[in-house]
Amino acid sequence: MVEELLNRFAQFSIYKSSFNNVMGTILEVKNLAMDFGGLRALDNLDLDVKNGEIVALIGPNGSGKTTFFNCVTGIYTPTEGDIRDSQHGKNRRLSSINGLRPNLVTKKGLARTFQNIRLFSNMSVLENVMIGRHCRTRSGIAGAVFRNRATKEEEQKIVDDSYEVLKKIGLADYVNELAVNLPYGAQRRLEIARAMATEPFMLLLDEPAAGMNIRETKELDELILRIRENEGISILMIEHDMKLVMSLSDRIYVMDYGRKIADGTPEQIKNDPVVIKAYLGKEPDA
Amino acid sequence: MTNLKEIQRSLLVSLWFMFLTFPIMVIRVNPLEKVVIWRWYNMLYVGIGSFLLSFVWRYFIRQKELGKKKNETDGQKSFSLSRRAVDDPRAYIPLLSAVACFTIAFPFIFSMYQTNIMITVLIYVMLGLGLNIVVGLAGLLDLGYVAFYAVGAYTYALLNFHYGLGFWTVLPIGAALGALFGILLGFPVLRLRGDYLAIVTLGFGEIIRLILENWNEFSQGPSGIANISKPGFFGIHLSLQNSTIYIYFIMVGLTLFTILVVNRLQNSRIGRAWIALREDEVACQAMGIDKRKTKLTAFALGATWAGMAGVVFAAKTTFINPASFTILESIVILCIVVLGGMGSITGVIAGALVLILLPEYLRAFSEYRLLIFGTMLVIMMVFRPGGIIENVRRTYEFELKEGKELKNED
Ligand SMILES: Nc1ncnc2c1ncn2[C@@H]1O[C@H](COP(=O)(O)OP(=O)(O)OP(=O)(O)O)[C@@H](O)[C@H]1O
Ligand SMILES: [Mg+2]
Repeated sequence: MVEELLNRFAQFSIYKSSFNNVMGTILEVKNLAMDFGGLRALDNLDLDVKNGEIVALIGPNGSGKTTFFNCVTGIYTPTEGDIRDSQHGKNRRLSSINGLRPNLVTKKGLARTFQNIRLFSNMSVLENVMIGRHCRTRSGIAGAVFRNRATKEEEQKIVDDSYEVLKKIGLADYVNELAVNLPYGAQRRLEIARAMATEPFMLLLDEPAAGMNIRETKELDELILRIRENEGISILMIEHDMKLVMSLSDRIYVMDYGRKIADGTPEQIKNDPVVIKAYLGKEPDA
Repeated sequence: MTNLKEIQRSLLVSLWFMFLTFPIMVIRVNPLEKVVIWRWYNMLYVGIGSFLLSFVWRYFIRQKELGKKKNETDGQKSFSLSRRAVDDPRAYIPLLSAVACFTIAFPFIFSMYQTNIMITVLIYVMLGLGLNIVVGLAGLLDLGYVAFYAVGAYTYALLNFHYGLGFWTVLPIGAALGALFGILLGFPVLRLRGDYLAIVTLGFGEIIRLILENWNEFSQGPSGIANISKPGFFGIHLSLQNSTIYIYFIMVGLTLFTILVVNRLQNSRIGRAWIALREDEVACQAMGIDKRKTKLTAFALGATWAGMAGVVFAAKTTFINPASFTILESIVILCIVVLGGMGSITGVIAGALVLILLPEYLRAFSEYRLLIFGTMLVIMMVFRPGGIIENVRRTYEFELKEGKELKNED
């Protein structure tokens, strides 16, 4: 009798956790699969991110991490599965973003950066960030042609807001520089700035430290923490730099061949034999 | 050392040329007298000519490479210098006023023939500016642009023929129909890029032309439509000369209008989105820009100007037929944009001037006209791939209001 009641309660709470978002889940991925022709790049993948968390996604090359990002941000339409998100505090219900076009996903509040930097190279640093403001502003053709007051004010606000973002990310010195002329580390940070300009509640960073030197990586470490503390933005990042991953993440997901092979806190992951095997290709010595 | 090597190479080139041209330049068979004439002197000419050409060519290529290297080291400096030339009022105000005076005086100084050529140039400036939105800003290679030009021209011709509508009434209708057809073309090609897009748009242009050519009941087929009214001037009947001058000034006005609008568009939120779309489509979408909407507005706003230009064209020639709207026309417009300098308004104007005026004034060389023209295009693209007026796109120049914040650091 008591057992049955408990069971029911358990069921009820599962129900609640997934639909009413009691746990503060802001991204929930269930049973995700992605096929490229015969190749199954993602297989039965579950993942969730809670409000305010920094979550890392790691795995050997070609394990499907970028593909996962592409599915979440709408660049690919997943073959199977469910992706739902919700901005915590604003609207507690998770809603599906499956198959939504990338610009709409961004508008909902998931912004990303790219593994192979994809800046608008011939636009200035400021203009790159101004593009990020696009989905939060609205002036159209008529506004552009007639340049009425509302348009001018909006344009000025785009500039001011963008500059604010640049200041936060520490790129204010480069404001009028062309994006191509920036040093590598600064380009990576500019990608983050551009994503921040879209006012996301969650950032998806694809290897933000790739190609950075030790000093730049350390700055990045501080920057990511600052973004979480000051802006309240949750972060999901793919990263190969284990030092960075271990120091930053609250939780880590490990992927191999498109599947999740482990998840847990940095401590748990560090000592997980399955993970060590995936990375080193052999059983750890007992 | 390098010079000796260069001479060696040029010698090799000239030997090769002498060998290749040997059969046609040296041997001449006279079938009547059954003798072979050996024209060895021709070989000498070919040798010397190709040697010199090759040497000069190599010299310029080397100069260009040197210039590039130099630019890479102090690129920032030259960048801001050329920008200052555009920005400094002392430089551009006298220049602009001179151009304005010349433009106003033109039809009164030169003959009607020249004025007519100038009208054509202005029509092409307008077409170039329109295509520049699609190709130069949004980076969508459109080879069927002439279709919208045809739409505009036939709009005026047919509405005038059937309903007697006047030029000024049809001008906005032509623009609107141009935009509509732009969207019509835009929808099916939303997912296409690069070469695929080029081929589909090329097909679209041909479809429109073939419809006009074959649908006799609608467009009177290849024989075209004649007796289209010239633009009305408050109901006063103008002589041929005056009406040419009138159209000239209409075109000057429309061109200025186009420049104003296109300039404002490219420095707006939408213009930025176009440029971002050209730079990186995936990143552009990921930053929240609606790709479909942005592409469709580019197609529509580009086609609008072609529609208008078409109306003026029909009014100017008073006769149109499908032969005026072939693929070649699309290519000429594209050349104007590319040769002038993609994405730059002054570039498009310069491109139209060169590409329309040059063939006119090269008429003296009759059969060599196209040869010279083609050679010029090739040389241009090798030595100045950015176009006549390379686009120094003016990025938004941010100035800090607090002023000192930045400078305090060092
Ligand atoms: N568009 C695509 N078409 C076909 N196969 C693809 C496509 N994108 C990715 N793949 C394949 O999917 C697998 C996962 O690739 P993915 O880029 O997601 O790996 P990754 O984990 O990001 O690797 P890395 O650490 O090197 O960035 C690879 O085998 C890759 O070849
Ligand atoms: Mg990757």
